[in-house]
Amino acid sequence: MLKVDARGDACPLPVVKAKKAIAELNGAGEVEVLVDNEIAVQNLTKMAQQKGYRSAAEKLAEREYRVLFTVGEPAAEEEEAPACAPDARTDTVVVLASDKMGEGAEELGKTLLKAFIFSLTQQDKLPKTILLYNSGAHLTCEGSPMLDDLKALEAEGVEILTCGTCLNFYGLTEKLAVGGVTNMYVIAEKMLNAGNVVKP
Amino acid sequence: MAKEDKIVFCTGGGCTAKLGAGVLSHILEKLPRGEKDPDLLVGYDSRDDAAVYRITDDIALVQTVDFFPPMVDDPYTFGQIAAANALSDVYAMGGEVKTALNLVCFPESMDLNILGEILRGGAEKVAEAGGILAGGHSIADTGVKYGLSVTGLVDPRRLTANDTGKPGDKLILTKALGVGLICTANRVGEAAPGAMDAAVASMTTLNKSAAEISRSYDVHAATDVTGFSFLGHLHEMMGGRLSCRIDGSAVPVLPGAWQAADDCLYTAAGQRNRNHTGPFVQFENVPFAMQEILFDPQTSGGLLLAVAPEEAEHLRDELQKAGLPAQIVGEITEKQDAEIVVSYPE
Repeated sequence: MLKVDARGDACPLPVVKAKKAIAELNGAGEVEVLVDNEIAVQNLTKMAQQKGYRSAAEKLAEREYRVLFTVGEPAAEEEEAPACAPDARTDTVVVLASDKMGEGAEELGKTLLKAFIFSLTQQDKLPKTILLYNSGAHLTCEGSPMLDDLKALEAEGVEILTCGTCLNFYGLTEKLAVGGVTNMYVIAEKMLNAGNVVKP
Repeated sequence: MAKEDKIVFCTGGGCTAKLGAGVLSHILEKLPRGEKDPDLLVGYDSRDDAAVYRITDDIALVQTVDFFPPMVDDPYTFGQIAAANALSDVYAMGGEVKTALNLVCFPESMDLNILGEILRGGAEKVAEAGGILAGGHSIADTGVKYGLSVTGLVDPRRLTANDTGKPGDKLILTKALGVGLICTANRVGEAAPGAMDAAVASMTTLNKSAAEISRSYDVHAATDVTGFSFLGHLHEMMGGRLSCRIDGSAVPVLPGAWQAADDCLYTAAGQRNRNHTGPFVQFENVPFAMQEILFDPQTSGGLLLAVAPEEAEHLRDELQKAGLPAQIVGEITEKQDAEIVVSYPE
């Protein structure tokens, strides 16, 4: 694995350095990039999505984030041979519309939801997408107790999307720590096109 | 010029240095405003480009201030760009430039000839705008920053606020997008040949002729496209009561911008723009590179005009005759579920 320390570097240098390291891999492998701000993490993630690399991000400490790129053999082969690598994801969409699970005591509701997310990570069949809106938007932001589990799901290829209007409303726009930002059009589209919508 | 005296800009200059709109609005909301004054026609509340204060029924004062760190190596060019950018806010309100004051931050250890070149570039643009450079203020600082405080005049009845468009209006953009991506690509040595020259030519062009030409047309709203990107300023233009449809393929783009986006040379400010404005935008079939261009922070960008539909083609043609890459990029609609819909042909 190649390591790149891009802490202290302004955008686009972290992406430039990451691309250079990925080119040095000369094929499959892993590249770890350290950066010091969330926006750099988001730009690295965008790059991974555009170039077809798998990426996972985690916050190690205040002003210290790690983005791990996993570069496969040329992506076309994977796509052409789905039978060799069965996709663990179903066409299920999980909707988290609240930071609690069920009606009742708040503390219990939060504990239950954390347990639900952890249980998701243990399933053989993963959801395709997790949508978060209203107070559910807190779950993907800094300080959420389930960030690690959500990041684990993202690393397995689960798409995690949080409602941007909700992040704005709660003042969380700069605090998003896992997944991407989305809008109501996409939320409606994903729910309509889902095989199942699961709302705990 | 000693080598260490070269102005170096690695943290991202120009309007990429702007604070994010999201962070800023939280602070601004908490400021004490004092009593409401009916003569303050445009202030904080409207998130417009400049403040406008009515003196008489015919005359209102347009006040604006803008300054930032360099986004190009050449100090004279930087002075021109910073001045063109600051003057632009007066043009966005439909006003005329009258006076300007220099704002300077400059390291004591740096060669003063560099400062002279920056100020020369700025003074030339103020003169080109028909304004008078009337003074200024300078402080010693660790990095270079330059800009202007500009005062202009406007007939309050002909004021073009940014959020007074009407459903059916056509949207015209007077400059091509992409200067943020190109300057960033240039800084890491990856700009396409000629791209930087085209970007500099665009940034040093005043919005004066665009503003003067559009004055004879039925323009309902105007803004200049700067740090919050085309989509960010468009979002402010919708003012929460309008929506619009944009044809992504009609939007003028500077050569080299698409390549910089394809090369993933994303700016931090561009990503902040995406986080802030993305929720209001629905992309239909728009390539990712084009999305990045639409979120790209512009320095000294063009005017975005909402004009009566029957006059739009004439206005575009006249702007083009004046040498501007103006295009009709979309139209305003009644409020829809998605505020901004950007489509792109298959």
